[in-house]
Amino acid sequence: MFKKRIAVLVAFVVVMASVLAGCGNGKSSGDSATKKSAFKAGMVTDTGGVDDKSFNQSAWEGLKDFAKDNDLKTGTGVKYLQSTQASDYSPNLNTMIHQNFNVVYGIGFLMQSDVQKIAEQNPKAKLGIVDAVAVDKNNKPLKNVASITFKEQQGSFLVGVVAGLTTKTNKVGFIGGINSALIKKFENGFKAGVKTVNPKAEVYAQYAGAFDAPDKGRAIAQTIYTKGADIIYASAGNTGNGVFTEAKNRTKNGKKVWVIGVDKDQHDQGLPENVTLTSMVKRVDKAIYDVTKQTKAGKFPGGKVLEFGLEQNGVGIAPTTENVSKKALDAVNDYKGKIIDGSITVPTTDKELKEYLANLK
Amino acid sequence: MNRLLKKVDWINLLIPVVSVVLGLLCGAIIMLIIGYNPLLAYQSIVESIFLQPYYGGETIRAMIPLVLAGLAVAFAFRTGLFNIGVEGQLMAGWLASVACAIIFGHLPKVVLLPLSILAGGAAGALWGYIPGLLKAKFKVHEVISTIMMNYIALYSTAYIIKNFLYTEGERTPTIPHAASLASPFLANLTQGSRLHWGFIVAIIAVLAMWFILWKTPKGYELRAVGFSPDASKYAGMNVSRNIILSLTISGVFAGLGGAMEGLGTYQYMTINSAFTGIGFNGIAVALLGLNTPVGVLLSGALFAGLQTGGLTMQSVAGVPVELIQIIIALIIFFVGSGYVIKWALGRLSRKGHK
Repeated sequence: MFKKRIAVLVAFVVVMASVLAGCGNGKSSGDSATKKSAFKAGMVTDTGGVDDKSFNQSAWEGLKDFAKDNDLKTGTGVKYLQSTQASDYSPNLNTMIHQNFNVVYGIGFLMQSDVQKIAEQNPKAKLGIVDAVAVDKNNKPLKNVASITFKEQQGSFLVGVVAGLTTKTNKVGFIGGINSALIKKFENGFKAGVKTVNPKAEVYAQYAGAFDAPDKGRAIAQTIYTKGADIIYASAGNTGNGVFTEAKNRTKNGKKVWVIGVDKDQHDQGLPENVTLTSMVKRVDKAIYDVTKQTKAGKFPGGKVLEFGLEQNGVGIAPTTENVSKKALDAVNDYKGKIIDGSITVPTTDKELKEYLANLK
Repeated sequence: MNRLLKKVDWINLLIPVVSVVLGLLCGAIIMLIIGYNPLLAYQSIVESIFLQPYYGGETIRAMIPLVLAGLAVAFAFRTGLFNIGVEGQLMAGWLASVACAIIFGHLPKVVLLPLSILAGGAAGALWGYIPGLLKAKFKVHEVISTIMMNYIALYSTAYIIKNFLYTEGERTPTIPHAASLASPFLANLTQGSRLHWGFIVAIIAVLAMWFILWKTPKGYELRAVGFSPDASKYAGMNVSRNIILSLTISGVFAGLGGAMEGLGTYQYMTINSAFTGIGFNGIAVALLGLNTPVGVLLSGALFAGLQTGGLTMQSVAGVPVELIQIIIALIIFFVGSGYVIKWALGRLSRKGHK
């Protein structure tokens, strides 16, 4: 009797399995026939995931746009793989290379060492890395990696100009995520912008130590607003959401303060209290689109360090400008021209900022 | 009587197997409901792991820290202690091994590599010793203290890297070649996977746990304390010392797991803004492995396979990688509700004998 019941169980499992198999086969045979040496572009997200409201999402939007313009299918022609932990980066990148993707992007500087290693192991593969420069052991750029970087300092300079001309208290704040060379570019560009148009203004800068800690962002924002600042530039990923919360609270209580958003146009995030002054946008989507387009045309920019600045529209201020005064907008356009024609070089490091400020006087 | 005992054992062994099958089955049903093809998904897992050397290598690579973390949990559990602090002990071991490798980088490989591995184990031991001491001397519950030790490890490792061992990319510098467990031979064998010699350390650890617990008098004491602290005390055993010892040895296993990540997989340590998850998965590995060394090895293999296979499942069948986490959770759920399975199996067999 016992054996009989086991037999019934086994039979059930077998039936289930064959039912599942039946559902499956139709689909899989369909799409394997269509993809034959068609162009494929893929990306691997970092642990933030594809819907991080920041650069992973932006990169994927770039690939989707590319797919739309080139009649590629999302999921086969362009595709993303998500990483749930840091050790997933390497297998994910390798998977796409084994599947003969024409170009594979690693999104974010966290993937730098994995991209470098895999590029050396697979000299024929074409890779891309965002926010980092992939180099070999001799510190030379790897020939089969396109390094996509941004001149965040230029965009930050422009929002600094807006802040310098908008502040009523002559005090503004900067909140960074993790104190790193990358975020320093935001800080120093911003400081330079503020000081250029408003030498009297003071800038309070502080780092939260994390990109995913809105509570810390809020606590720091509280401190900086209490010190008398009326604008804070939050360059801290998800941590910046805490700055928005604090600004909304203060505005609700009748003390108008502003936030300057980062990476994407964060106007909507400031609603309904309308606390977003402007945002420094970083067009990861555009960069990914451009590099993919070049790759498809057979001009993969391997070994090059691509810098997307104001000139390439890789960075800039957000399209929503309803809270920015006419005077500030004019100044932004003025300085944008000066940065593009090279008469202003925006500082990126603390040392460069010091020299820049010394020259202002 | 003898036959009855045999049957109980058999059912106990069956529970994890049934749990895994049920977990996979529920996962398949979820996939069907969302509109993915479960057979293609599972097929891609099996095919990639067994037929493609790269994923095979990556699976063994992922297995190493999981097995060590599982052993850590299982060892403490045998003494009746819940070591939830494997995560923190692992991070402490990771940093200690990497730091040791960098600081003593001029030493030859025969000295540096064992030294770095031991440094990892020692740091883990310290991180296990503290909650052990608190439990033995002041009756602080080890679940609470080990969880808190996790946070201390998370933030102090980040601080130490930031201030003393920092290099671009939010991490420590790469360890010197002399301290590395990575091997071009193993990498070539597996199409460039990150498989490293750490698997030998994991196997030794499995044997060590079995030997310590079942072949030494001390191990007998440790297990006796796990069965009944009061009876052990009455029998003249020093319960507090055994508690401290158990958590310390447990910490060594966890610390070694961290050292394997530092010296093998990554060759550096990143500034972690969140837990790695390996330590928490270790709890599941130990649970599924019935807290036995061989069981931990097997369930570690299963979890590593699911994790690595989950990535191919994502790329081949298009199933979101989160689903693998759901399946793992389901398996744990079924193991946890082992009583229900036991009851069902018992009913099946009892009716059979009527």
